[in-house]
Amino acid sequence: MIEVVNLHKKFGKFSALSNIHLVLEAGHCIALVGPNGCGKTTLIKCLLGLVVPQQGQILIRGQASIHQHSHRAYLGYMPQIGRYPGNLSIAQLIEMVRNLRPQQAHYDEELIDSLGISSILSKKMSSLSGGTIQKVSAILAFLFDPDILILDEPTAGLDPLSSEILKQKIEKAVKQGKLVLITSHILSELDELVTEVVFMQEGQIVLHRPVHQLIKETGETKLSKAILSILQSKEHHE
Amino acid sequence: MNRILKYVMLDIVKSKLVIGYTLILALLSWSLFSLEDNSAKAVLSLTNVVLLVVPLVTVIFSTIYMYNAAEFIELLASQPLKRVSIWTGFFLGLSAALVTALILGLGLPLLLYADFAMAAVLLTTGIMMSLIFVSLGLWVSSMTRDKARGISTAIFVWLFFAVLFDGLMLLLLFQFSDYPIEKTMIGLTAFSPVDLCRILILLQLDVSALMGFTGALFRDFFGSTKGEWVAFGLLTLWVVIPFYFSTKKFRLKDL
Repeated sequence: MIEVVNLHKKFGKFSALSNIHLVLEAGHCIALVGPNGCGKTTLIKCLLGLVVPQQGQILIRGQASIHQHSHRAYLGYMPQIGRYPGNLSIAQLIEMVRNLRPQQAHYDEELIDSLGISSILSKKMSSLSGGTIQKVSAILAFLFDPDILILDEPTAGLDPLSSEILKQKIEKAVKQGKLVLITSHILSELDELVTEVVFMQEGQIVLHRPVHQLIKETGETKLSKAILSILQSKEHHE
Repeated sequence: MNRILKYVMLDIVKSKLVIGYTLILALLSWSLFSLEDNSAKAVLSLTNVVLLVVPLVTVIFSTIYMYNAAEFIELLASQPLKRVSIWTGFFLGLSAALVTALILGLGLPLLLYADFAMAAVLLTTGIMMSLIFVSLGLWVSSMTRDKARGISTAIFVWLFFAVLFDGLMLLLLFQFSDYPIEKTMIGLTAFSPVDLCRILILLQLDVSALMGFTGALFRDFFGSTKGEWVAFGLLTLWVVIPFYFSTKKFRLKDL
């Protein structure tokens, strides 16, 4: 569903992404993990077209996406830190985003109720707490029932209950055959969801493997430990 | 694009700054017309408002607005919308809001008190000024991510066209007074939208004493009507060219 070929991105002299090759298929939940500043968010923003890479190709559902905009109709994006116009209320914001996509026929509004937003719809965006803004971001990401969900640190800042609700929602999406791409640096949170792991370091992909294979290779039961042991053995080889 | 335009308009209309701008323009024009018994004199004073206050408020407001709308732009850019439409939507929204403020504040009293031809020319140049400086403001905001630097650049842009440019022209004039530089001076005038607007207004008002050197040259060179069209054409370029460059920049910008 997503194919990234030879992607390069530099910010000034700093190389944020170099030589990224990645193929992601539908029906999978892929964890994009790595240390802070390794280029996870930049990669995601490239997929969305918010950041324009210097070199390389991104194919989304088989169509080249750089400098294009129509592919974003298939993408739901939940940013790490959602930033929204402060003077709009939650209801106005949702209404506005809907109006911007008139071609959409049906909406997925389940999260508005399940995350407890329906009672505070008239609150202004500027008065919301970080966690509530995260919830709004999640609602917007799922609103158009997209085929591909890109979630940047989705559970960071959410209370345990909401985090669980969101996880169930993600699980359901994967079962429906959608592609879910999640970044996180807290691996234990994702254990139950993830089917594939992509590990990034210094702007490069170090590891891309299905979870069951990882577990089998390392003999570990926890995802985080499995990744750790693979990385250690790699370093050992070098 | 129309939908983006609508939301930008709604957002700006709520802002206190634009309401304040409308009120100040209204206050200035109503009081000038009621103080002067000769409406032509009031029009001349309003000329300075159009040439100095309108560009200052417009360029600073639009630059600050674009920086404050960073979140809004990011949200729009992650939707299936063309970047060019987003940028055009912002340009049109800002222009529409500021032009409305100008028409309400300055246009109404002008149409009521001043002679129609004068009112029309002053209002048209005011509108052109607004469009040009919105366009310049967008360009400034597209060039740097740093809000403080952006706003100081915007102020400098205004200072350059409103004050420094004339000084430079004058300097040139005195330095090369022994040479026939009239044609060069006419050419140079095209580089300042404020000067072009001044000439456009003064050609219409027909007050030769206030025409200034470049204005007189313009008239001499092109004749009144032709001069007006040339000035108007150049002003249109002043809207289009900065907008073109800012759009080009925004298409490739990392958000």
